[in-house]
Amino acid sequence: MKGARIQRWTPASLSFTSGFGLLIVALAFVPVVMGASIVQDLTTLLILVLMAVMWNALAGYGGLVSVGQQAYIGLGAYATLWCALQGINPYWGMVIATAFCAVVSVPLSFIVLRFRGAQFAIGTWVVAEAIGIYISFDNQLGAGTGTSLSQLDRYAPSTREHITYWLTLGLTAFFVLLVFVLLRSRLGASLQAIRDDEEAAASVGVRVLAGKRILFILAAAGCGAAGAMTIANILFIQPTSIFSVNYSAFMIFMVLVGGLGTFEGPIIGAIILYFIQQQFGNDGTWYLIGLGATAIIFALLFPRGIWGMLEERTGLRFMPVGYRVKRTTTDAEATA
Amino acid sequence: MTWVNDVVQGILLGGYYGIIACGLALMFGVMRIINLAHGDIAVLGAFLMYLLLQHWSVSPFIALLPVLPTMILFGYVLQRLILQRSLRAGILTPLLATFGLSIVIQNALEQGFGPDVQSLGAQAGSIVTAAWQINSQLSISALGGLILGTAVVIYAALQLYLSRTTSGRQMRAAAEDPDTAELVGINSRAVYARATAIAIGIATLGGLALALRSTFQSYSGPDQLIFAFEAVVIGGLGSSLWGALLGGIVLGVAQTIGAQINPEWSILSGHIVFLLVLISPRGGLLTLRSRRGARSALSGAGA
Repeated sequence: MKGARIQRWTPASLSFTSGFGLLIVALAFVPVVMGASIVQDLTTLLILVLMAVMWNALAGYGGLVSVGQQAYIGLGAYATLWCALQGINPYWGMVIATAFCAVVSVPLSFIVLRFRGAQFAIGTWVVAEAIGIYISFDNQLGAGTGTSLSQLDRYAPSTREHITYWLTLGLTAFFVLLVFVLLRSRLGASLQAIRDDEEAAASVGVRVLAGKRILFILAAAGCGAAGAMTIANILFIQPTSIFSVNYSAFMIFMVLVGGLGTFEGPIIGAIILYFIQQQFGNDGTWYLIGLGATAIIFALLFPRGIWGMLEERTGLRFMPVGYRVKRTTTDAEATA
Repeated sequence: MTWVNDVVQGILLGGYYGIIACGLALMFGVMRIINLAHGDIAVLGAFLMYLLLQHWSVSPFIALLPVLPTMILFGYVLQRLILQRSLRAGILTPLLATFGLSIVIQNALEQGFGPDVQSLGAQAGSIVTAAWQINSQLSISALGGLILGTAVVIYAALQLYLSRTTSGRQMRAAAEDPDTAELVGINSRAVYARATAIAIGIATLGGLALALRSTFQSYSGPDQLIFAFEAVVIGGLGSSLWGALLGGIVLGVAQTIGAQINPEWSILSGHIVFLLVLISPRGGLLTLRSRRGARSALSGAGA
């Protein structure tokens, strides 16, 4: 295009991306200076961020609305438990569990990616239900009544919380950066083309299924990591709660409120959900009614979410995953 | 002989799944959306009947009389307020909005009625206990027969409606191609609202069937949605209306045979059959027909 140039980085996004890096470094020092309750709260928040970013990668960039990501949250938690029972260090077990979820998702992707739209949503849900029921048969893993990760007891509580926090921070940063790099690559452009119009994308040579599969495996690994971190954070799991569809409700809420298909939105959504949980989490049903109603309102009236609206109004973009066209000449010259 | 009994009981159970799947299939056929709150709406209907029976000592079938029109109206309003708006916004929005609705309904029921397990079977009288004893191992319960019979009547009535009435033909036209339907003067919004109202009405009948043959509680909805969806997919999603009933029967038989092998395996074996159907090359019992024919689930109804 004559008289225009393609811009990825703006001064604002450059400073915010480096600010993001600094934030991660600063967060790493939190356990050194802050108390135990803050460390545990931040661990919870980071897990929410990871879940939201993963769900957004699927739905916001791949157009794949999953109601079954709890399959990998549960598998990640139970794989960690299984590793611990085999005598593997539980923290190594969490990394292994993350990789395990990625591996398991490959064959599963061949089943559920046959589906589109709503069918994909319930298809993934059925898979999650089936895995949850199957695990509840396993006596070694505590069957239906659940079990605790007692192998972590050998660490002093503060040491345990610190290691859990750092591992959560490391995994969350890793997956957030992975999504960032992925979206900025050639694949990112094709993924957004798939989301916008699958058939048109296929017609210009985008490998639709391959792109979706990569996102599906990525999200499985990320949610597996979130599940492994969850068991490290709360130490006790039960099939019905760790495979609960409520995780999907939380992920949908965070991404919808923050901004579906924006990079920054899910992170903001996670922070909002975190504060709502702190404030109203004990109110049980009313809290969930509020979450559901807010999700409906955002889906219908504010589909771009908080970040999407902010981006639209101000043109701000902190983490540049797209391209922007900037005119270097006046309109009159450009049309001449 | 126990196997014969399992199959028979599975077919009867399949009648219930057929009813619960019917509304889901209708909405998918007409609007191409899957209502993730479908199961919760059926359970809502069951709770409304439960509420009436708390104050009236009548049969649940009488309680259905005021609840059914209320739920049909609810379906109409649901379409006008939420679904129509979400339809305009693309394919993801209806999913997200109905999932939000599902969370709201479940927790509102939990708030209003508490976590207790309920059943309307006790108030329904002899129909629940009556059975046709064929021999020592095989008996057909009157209620199971009634539910399966109701399912067949619902599917037949819906087929007649879609093929013989103007309103039904308009629905098929709007399902096939809403833009072209608009060109010939069909108000697709009104058609969609009618379809949703019918679907919610059928879901309410499903809620009654659930409440009579088994138990329900505030969080029972998602399971019913999953069973309904499995029935629709096993029957060959979008290929024929009757496919959903057939899929429901296959699911019911899979569950009763699974339970025979090991009581814990009942639900899981249903899920496994569903996944096996998915990975089979045909991907659904009746999908071959759909490949030859038109894209709509309802197109077969006119033939």
